[in-house]
Formats: sequence, C-alpha cells, structure tokens
Amino acid sequence: MSLTREDVTYVANLARLEFSEDEVTALAEQLGAVLNYAEALSGLDTSKIKATEHVLAVQNVFREDEIKSCLTNEEALANAPESEAGCFKVPRVME
Amino acid sequence: MEYEIVIGMEIHIELGTKTKIFCSCPTEFGQDENTHTCPVCLGMPGVLPVLNEKVVEYATRAGLALNCEIAHFSKMDRKNYFYPDLPKAYQTSQFDLPICTGGVVGIEVDGVKKDIGITRIHIEEDAGKLLHESADGTLLDVNRCGVPLIEIVTEPDLRSAEEARAFAEKVRNILEYTGVSDCKMEQGSMRFDVNLSIREKGCQVLGTRTEMKNLNSFRALIRAVQYESKRQIIELKKGRTIIQETRKWDDTKGTSSSLRSKEEAHDYRYFPEPDLVPIVLEPDYIEKIKSALPELPEAKKQRYIDEYKLPEYDAGVLTTTGVTARFFEDAVALYNEPKQISNWMMVEIPPLLKENELSMENISIAPAQLVALLKLVKNNEISGNTGKEVLKEMFSTGKNPGDIVKEKGLAQMSDSGELEAIIEKIVSDNPKSVEDIGAGNEKAYGFLTGQVMKATKGKANAQVANEIIRAVVAKHLA
Ligand SMILES: [Zn+2]
Repeated sequence: MSLTREDVTYVANLARLEFSEDEVTALAEQLGAVLNYAEALSGLDTSKIKATEHVLAVQNVFREDEIKSCLTNEEALANAPESEAGCFKVPRVME
Repeated sequence: MEYEIVIGMEIHIELGTKTKIFCSCPTEFGQDENTHTCPVCLGMPGVLPVLNEKVVEYATRAGLALNCEIAHFSKMDRKNYFYPDLPKAYQTSQFDLPICTGGVVGIEVDGVKKDIGITRIHIEEDAGKLLHESADGTLLDVNRCGVPLIEIVTEPDLRSAEEARAFAEKVRNILEYTGVSDCKMEQGSMRFDVNLSIREKGCQVLGTRTEMKNLNSFRALIRAVQYESKRQIIELKKGRTIIQETRKWDDTKGTSSSLRSKEEAHDYRYFPEPDLVPIVLEPDYIEKIKSALPELPEAKKQRYIDEYKLPEYDAGVLTTTGVTARFFEDAVALYNEPKQISNWMMVEIPPLLKENELSMENISIAPAQLVALLKLVKNNEISGNTGKEVLKEMFSTGKNPGDIVKEKGLAQMSDSGELEAIIEKIVSDNPKSVEDIGAGNEKAYGFLTGQVMKATKGKANAQVANEIIRAVVAKHLA
C-alpha cells in the first residue's frame, strides 16, 4: 500500500498543516512505509476473531452527577494568549 | 410534474443533568462567561474525562420513550474538526455504535396518522458559544462546552413543514414528560438540523439534499423548510441541479444562503475515544429504566378520554405538556368535574397567561385556587362571567377567589326576596314590555332580564331572576 502526494496534502489540509513540495514527497514515502509495515497484519486470518471495538478491556467507568468546584474566570483565562470581556479571544471567524 | 419534499431531521437536545458530560462543572444556563469550566472542559492536555452516569441513564430513558432499541455495547468516538467553539479540536460523540437505534414516533397531521422512523440516538458534548461582539476578533465562552446532548436522527420520512413541526413537537412533548430535558427552545435546549431534498412524486430514489443547521424555534423550522423546498423546486424547474451543501438559515431575512463548501471538508476522521471506555448495558438495567418511565402523552391522552370522559380534543390539549397535564390532574384530584376544569384551562387560562407573560411552568395560580373558583361558579355563588373577572384578578394578585368575591362584593344575588323587590319595580316601570309579552312577544323578557342585570350590576343569578320575572309578569297580566 502506497501513499500518494494527494493523500498527504489532503490529510495535511484537514490537520491545518502546510508542507513544501519536498516535504510532501518525503512524507508520502515515510508515511507510506509506516502503512506498509502495518499492512503485514492483513496477512493474518482474523475470520474467527471478534472485531475489536475498543482497545481497553475495561468498561462502564462512570461518575456521579455531582457538582464540584470550577475554575474562576481569571484562572480559566490565565493561559489565554488574548482575552476580552471575560472571554477567550480568537481570530475572527464567520458566524 | 408533481414534486415531493423529502425531509430527515437531526434534533439536538440538552440533557437536564446537574453536571457536564465528562466533568463535574455545572450545566446551569445564563451564568457569567467562562465561570463554569475546569481543565477537562477547557480541553487542557493530559486531562481524563469520565462519563456522567446520568447521561447514560437519560439517553436510555429517551431512547425507550421513543421506542428505540438500547445497545448492549456502545462507545464514544472523537469527531475531529477545527472550530474555535471546540477547545479540544474534536467533539466527543458516538460514531458507529450509538446508544440507541431504530425507534419510531407516531405523528398526526390533518387527521392523517403516520409513523416517523428514528435511525439512531447518540450522546455527545455541546460546544462553546462564540460571541461576535469584539471589533477585531471572536470571543469564546466555554460554559456550554461539555453540556450533555443527545442527537436524534430520523429516517427521511417527513414530507412537509407541517409534518416536521408535528414530529418536533411530539419529540419535545415526550422528552419533557420523561424529564430528561426541559426542552426550552429559547435557551437552546432543543435545536433542529434539517436535511431536505426534492424528488418527482412516486420516484423511489432520493434527490440531492441540502442541510440547514441549528434552527432554534418551531417557527424557524417551518419557515426554513418552506423556503428551502420552494428554492429547490424552482431550481429543478429551471433545469438546474441541486448542489449538496450546508446552507445557513437567516431567520430575520427569511432566506437561506450557501455556506462556502470549502469550509466544510466533511471528513471528521472519527476514531474511538481512547480516554473513555465502552458502555455496556445489561438487560436488567434497561428494564429498570423502562419500568420507571412515566405515563407518556399518548397513553395519558387515552386515559383522559376513558377515565374523565373528555372529548379527544380536550385530552389532546391538556396533555400537550407535562406541566399542563399535572395542573389538570392536581385540579381533578381536588374536584371531580373534569370537563369544567378542562374548559377553563383551555379557554380562560391561556389568554391570561399571555397577558401576564407567564406560561404553565410558572403560572401564578395553584390548581386548588382554580378549583375554589370553579366551585363558586358551579354553586351559583357567582356567575360564569364574574368568574372570569375573578380569575383575571387571581392572576394579577395571587389572591384566593373567595376573598376577591367578598372584597369586591361580587357574590351573586340568589336571595329571591331581595330580587323580587327589584324585579317588581322594573316590571311596574315597564308596562309596555308587559303588554308586549301579553301580545305574545317573548323577546320582551330579554329586555326585562337586561334591566334586572343592570340594576344588580350583573350580580343577579340569571336563572333565579328569570323565574321571578316570569312570575311577576304573569301576576301583572292576570
Ligand atoms: Zn469542566
């Protein structure tokens, strides 16, 4: 299984990453190699194995519906690069 | 050519839990910005979300009330997209194994009954709120991030704006009854997405659909469906094709417009949420929730018809919301006159609620007070018209009807001695009317009754007064 340059730019776009032409070529090769490595699993006969829906064997970990203390507004915004009127401020987005 | 509108809906409903879905922050509405947050709902690195058990319970209850299958095994997934209302850059939702599947809800439009299929219901977290008030940026309030939602997805079974509305109202009605959500549209507790396409009537293949998101009132839902179906039909008549896209509904302008399709590379790259473990529900858990379900609107309506002998119309109106039904039932428990209570609740109370800017949720009179009033009317202590006046006064002052009647001297005059004196005088003063009656003109009685009402300021018991008038007139004619 190989990865095309188009696959790389498509995924990069979804992840909001920008690469040069050379980087795209290199990544197509490297990621392709990773996929090829994982491809070895397809050679196994899994017809008698139950599909893995989740990797953890644990189930039903819940919390009670009880209110605990929150951060203050100041604490919540402490690491925000920009804030205004008690809110996080981000570059303008369309409504 | 005849066209057919095909609609599928997605309804988002905020669950009425005390805390958020994955952290212990309160879900309370209308608080100061960014005061209900913690590292989990702020999406800080390294935090561990833990699912609120009430979310599972409420989603199960909602699913059962909407006739769904409850999954034995379901899991949470990450839905990845970038938008600043989502600090984590993904929404925790359910992808391929939702908690409920395959439900059905019956609706009725213009006397035609129809079943609307529910494909699935899944649980997920709400996003934050973006405020567009800043001059050079967008502001984010994270309070809503992580408020638990269920998303109800229907089959493309709806065929008109009226059906869409009837379905949405029915779902609201049922969920409000089950207590999983207050379904308050004005607070965004219930929002609709509409998928709409047009096809030639009789055609089995679906046309290309558009999606309108976040319609937040029944009015917006109806108008958006009407506008979009018309727009698509016009496009098709012009020989154009419909473009699959997300459209934004502008409720002020009453139009929808295309959101640039570049914005929505709808590839969410779902994958199982590694920080949350699967939900496994055993039959006894599901059975326990099922047996604790309250009486749902349809069953309640039927019971009102059978038990209280109410007309179907009354039963329908009284069971529209859980609070209305509770008010009615509390009143009937105190006073076994279901039809009288129903009449006043359907006819007299709604305009007063409107006038006082109230709803059945915060109505200013108690069922016992209404009952006290209805007893006064039933026992002829006050007339029906006076009763309406007293009710109005009760709404604005919260006073008991008996006190209002006493204070304002509204008690009906049923004492025949007192009435007789008044009537005797009126009959003597109007010999012409007596003459007319003698000549066979029964209408003249109406005039005399009117005079009696005028003289007693409407307090005369009409039945008693009429009997006396007839007796006195007969005496004069003899
Ligand atoms: Zn939190």
